[in-house]
Amino acid sequence: MFRIFLAIVQRDLTLALRRRSDIFSALFFFIIVVSLFPLGIGPELDTLRQIAPGVFWVAALLASMLALEKLFAVDFEDGTLEQMLLTPQPDFILVLGKVFAHWLVTGVPLALLAPLLGLQYDLAAEPLWTLMLTLLLGTPALSLIGAIGAALTLGLRGSGVLVPLLVLPLYIPVLIFGAGAVEANVSGLGAAGHLYMLSAILLLSLVAAPIATAAALRISAE
Amino acid sequence: MNNSTINWFKYSSPASFYPLAGRLIPWFTAITVILIGVGLFLSFFVAPTDYKQGEGYRIIFVHVPAAWMSMFIYLIMAFWAAMGLIFNTRLSAMMSQALAPTGAMFTFLALWTGAFWGKPMWGTWWVWDARLTSELILFFLYIGFIALQGAIDDTRRADKAGALLLLVGVVNIPIIYFSVKWWNTLHQGASISMSTGSSMASIMLNTMLIMALGFWAYTIAVALSRVRSIILEREKDSQWVRELPELKQ
Repeated sequence: MFRIFLAIVQRDLTLALRRRSDIFSALFFFIIVVSLFPLGIGPELDTLRQIAPGVFWVAALLASMLALEKLFAVDFEDGTLEQMLLTPQPDFILVLGKVFAHWLVTGVPLALLAPLLGLQYDLAAEPLWTLMLTLLLGTPALSLIGAIGAALTLGLRGSGVLVPLLVLPLYIPVLIFGAGAVEANVSGLGAAGHLYMLSAILLLSLVAAPIATAAALRISAE
Repeated sequence: MNNSTINWFKYSSPASFYPLAGRLIPWFTAITVILIGVGLFLSFFVAPTDYKQGEGYRIIFVHVPAAWMSMFIYLIMAFWAAMGLIFNTRLSAMMSQALAPTGAMFTFLALWTGAFWGKPMWGTWWVWDARLTSELILFFLYIGFIALQGAIDDTRRADKAGALLLLVGVVNIPIIYFSVKWWNTLHQGASISMSTGSSMASIMLNTMLIMALGFWAYTIAVALSRVRSIILEREKDSQWVRELPELKQ
């Protein structure tokens, strides 16, 4: 079963590397959104330091959501997805593999780049590490939860507008604890509680979201 | 199945539910009119003026029942969604589809009356209180469900996808509520306490309960009449619909 998982991850990563513009568009979207906020709000470092956690997390939410469209759509259009669902292997593994690959492509680069962008917001070293840690813990949860929305809207007209409507309300707990951890660190409260909650959300979505996604895929591919 | 139990599945067929719904609607409409009439009379003329909040508190008689209904209706929709997925009954999905606009309406009503209440009581239309925020998110969930159902042309797929979304939503609601609550206490502290329930005069509580029952009856009446329309729309090609006396002309 683990071999299937690896095969799917490897396949999706190869496909992503062949179409590199997809990876970079999500990443640059994140960079641009984060850089736009100081232009709109003003360059005062005190204000920027305060809004940084929220800005980074909202930008990460939007970037992860934008990339969701491609998660199943390409495979659905050329019929690969249907073949994958017909294999005797459990759908759970298929979904988990695709989501993991999606996270490696969209979530990890974003988390690694965030500390660098955080310097623009005059964050100190420790909040920067917390920011990266929360993004590493939170973005897989975003990919997992978002996969449900992506699977439900597969092949629909205007699914691009529908996915945010379905998925963003479900993202709220991740946003609260992700941004909250950084904020708690900035204000010297200690981020441990938030990080535990974030990990709990990740574990819960790791167990429950692939089942829901697999069910949604079956409904959509019927 | 032995004879002493009612065969519930009989009414899960649209053909037998349609006339039943038609017979129930006038009753629930009458109950709605009576209960909301009595409730409004009590809330405007009988309930005493609150010594602290003045006359403005009377909005609570619409606000609280609407907020209750907004939450109940989502749960009922999720219940029908689960029934639909488990027993594969068409009517269940139609029920949750019929309830959704009413639920969204009550959520909006709760938010709206809440704003009207907040202005004189707290001096602001909106505060980022845990309850207000989660009510707003509930409104988003309703809109998402309605949008998803509207976007899918194939009714069978729309039913199942909507049901799945409802179940995912119902699992998430407690998580969202507690995270919002925690976020709220961390940010601004519990400056606003709405827990006046225990100190409430019994006439106020009774009025609120009457209004809530009236809203229940309204919800049932509206959902039944909407489900009748949905049945007619979906089954328009079937024999029994063509033989309905009200459609034969």
